[in-house]
Amino acid sequence: MKIAVSATGKSLDDQVDARLGRVQCFLIVDTETMEFHALDNASINAGGGAGIQTAQMLSEQNVKAVLTGNCGPNAFQVFNAAGIQVIVGVSGVIRTAVEQFKSGAFSQAATPNVAPHSGMKGGGGMGRGRR
Amino acid sequence: MDSDYSMKEIVIISGKGGTGKTSIVASLATLAGKKVLADCDVDAADLHLVLEPEVLSRNDFSGGKKARILKEECTACGKCIDACRFEAIHYPPVASRTVHALPQINPTFCEGCGVCVRVCQDNAIAFEPAVNGQWFISDTRYGPMVHARLGIAEGNSGKLVSLIRAEARKIAERDELEFIIVDGSPGIGCPVISSITGADMVVVVTEPTLSGQHDLDRVAQLTSHFQIPTTACINKWDLNPEMTRQIEARLKDQGIQSIGRIRYDPAVTRAQIMKSSVVEYTGGAISEDIRSVWRNIIYALGYFINK
Amino acid sequence: MTAANNRRTIAVASGKGGTGKTTISTNLALVLAQQGKSVELLDCDVEEPNCHIFLKPQIHSSKPVNVLYPSVIQDKCTGCGVCAQVCEYSAIVVVKNKVLVFPGLCHSCGGCTLFCPEEALEEVERQVGIVEEGSSSGIHVIQGLLDITELMSAAVINGVKKSAGLSDIVIIDSPPGTSCPVIESVKDADFVLLVTEPTPFGLNDLKLAVGMVRQLGIPFAVAINRCDMGDGEVQRYCDDEHIRIILEIPDDIRIAQAYSRGEMIINVLHEYKGLFVQCLETFFNQKDPGLNTGQDGQ
Repeated sequence: MKIAVSATGKSLDDQVDARLGRVQCFLIVDTETMEFHALDNASINAGGGAGIQTAQMLSEQNVKAVLTGNCGPNAFQVFNAAGIQVIVGVSGVIRTAVEQFKSGAFSQAATPNVAPHSGMKGGGGMGRGRR
Repeated sequence: MDSDYSMKEIVIISGKGGTGKTSIVASLATLAGKKVLADCDVDAADLHLVLEPEVLSRNDFSGGKKARILKEECTACGKCIDACRFEAIHYPPVASRTVHALPQINPTFCEGCGVCVRVCQDNAIAFEPAVNGQWFISDTRYGPMVHARLGIAEGNSGKLVSLIRAEARKIAERDELEFIIVDGSPGIGCPVISSITGADMVVVVTEPTLSGQHDLDRVAQLTSHFQIPTTACINKWDLNPEMTRQIEARLKDQGIQSIGRIRYDPAVTRAQIMKSSVVEYTGGAISEDIRSVWRNIIYALGYFINK
Repeated sequence: MTAANNRRTIAVASGKGGTGKTTISTNLALVLAQQGKSVELLDCDVEEPNCHIFLKPQIHSSKPVNVLYPSVIQDKCTGCGVCAQVCEYSAIVVVKNKVLVFPGLCHSCGGCTLFCPEEALEEVERQVGIVEEGSSSGIHVIQGLLDITELMSAAVINGVKKSAGLSDIVIIDSPPGTSCPVIESVKDADFVLLVTEPTPFGLNDLKLAVGMVRQLGIPFAVAINRCDMGDGEVQRYCDDEHIRIILEIPDDIRIAQAYSRGEMIINVLHEYKGLFVQCLETFFNQKDPGLNTGQDGQ
């Protein structure tokens, strides 16, 4: 099974990063073979909605689960629609976290675990509907 | 990150402008231990006037893309004018028109939606990231500070606020600092929401006036919606002691912890002129008021953690 | 707004908050009303509107301010993903052929609906605030209130301005700062009165506000509140920049106390009425070229 882990670096010996939308990169790990590759997060400097874009990017990777620290409501909604399991509150060395995941030590988050960020309502601006 | 390392982010906001928020932040900067300062009042940043930061790094800020008409390609068909919801595209005024009057995009009103770019059949509109301001990492006599300057009449302050907070957090994590002290902005809108989401505590600085009370009510609804622990102090409380008592009673009803009263003192203005924080400038009673507010912030943090 | 022939719109603005915008705009409006002029006061500080505290208008109408966002017509949608590519704000995404809309992120640009090849999107409305109208002492008061947790201040400000248009003189109480909500408030004004106080913070924020009105190309002048409290740097700056100061209000504890109780200065401290009358006379006597630009000598 392919899973994504938010990562502080590009090896299995790096740490799980607590961030999702603003994390530098993800490791896409095959849980059977422990083969992996790093995926840079293009949304790190996005305006509003970094979590949404990140979640969409991961859904295109066909991962079945995401291990991270925190996940807000918008990204959570996207993962849900894509049928991706979200596991929050994960920390420590990535290799260990993946092993724990394989052994079934984690349970899927039923709700987002952090309040909406600024991204929830966008970057503001002059936006207005005319009618 | 070690789980026993606990850094706290404290955001000072006011609802109503001009209640003395930045002066109080400057004093807290003087009093707090290991900390990083973040000036998120990006619309009217004033903290640097007191803390005199020495800029270490200077970076461009882009809030998004803006559209620009390429004169060589444009056939003046006018489709972009009709498509723009933000009324940012117009033909030039008749008086100043030449034979080939091309539409003009006013960058102040361009929202960066890109609709004009897509309706243009001549590929005559460029769409590139715009530089809306600069942000800085600086050194001050009270430690590192992250701050910014938005360009004249530029928007997107919410995104800049998020960026400043994220940079301040990086510094706090790197140096294992105890506090991030954030100077927020007035109001309840976009930059304020960006300033407070996910913070450990909000301190609302209000004043004993009907306007202060009204604005406090609205800002309290906002922090309660985002479930952020909220405290409040009343600045210039002796201007109207009766109103001060009224506001404190109301705070109690709203479940907001009162963390003290700060008296009115012309020394606040004199300190500002001397580029000092109030507690640096005077040993007077007002400085004791502010010290007591800081102690109460620390107690309240402990209370929220153990709750 | 419907155009009245000689209508004049004065926006009262400031870079720094709490300098006295509301005090000045309400008292100017009341002076005008007492002179028998037809006047409207627009409270465009929709995040924290305070004019009503001082004027206590009788509200006689209230209407919602709505913005548009896209809604998916399920049986037409093929999940092609064009809408998500068009959206610059991540307000619409497509995952596994399902369209997800995040209304709070939408800027109502209409792009997704316009470019959907299947016509599978339609725009619907949601409320972000209200506009209330009322009257007080002969002043027609219009105020906007942004719903808590909403971001689109500019939409509510626009709603307030659209409701105006019945009187000869319009006074706009703007939000503080220099960014989008302020620009939305002042951009159609004939004249901007920039309020400041004579302190380093006041001066710094005044310079930002001057930059903003110059960029918008609107004539302006300065009002200094608590004019004897700080240093002389604001006056010096205005001299150097050839900016006219047309109102100076002294630092009087009685003004601060009246303010704290929600009282109008000209009603309780009659000696100050002359200041506001004079300020308006200067304004309406627009033959004076120095008032117009703050830019001569550049």
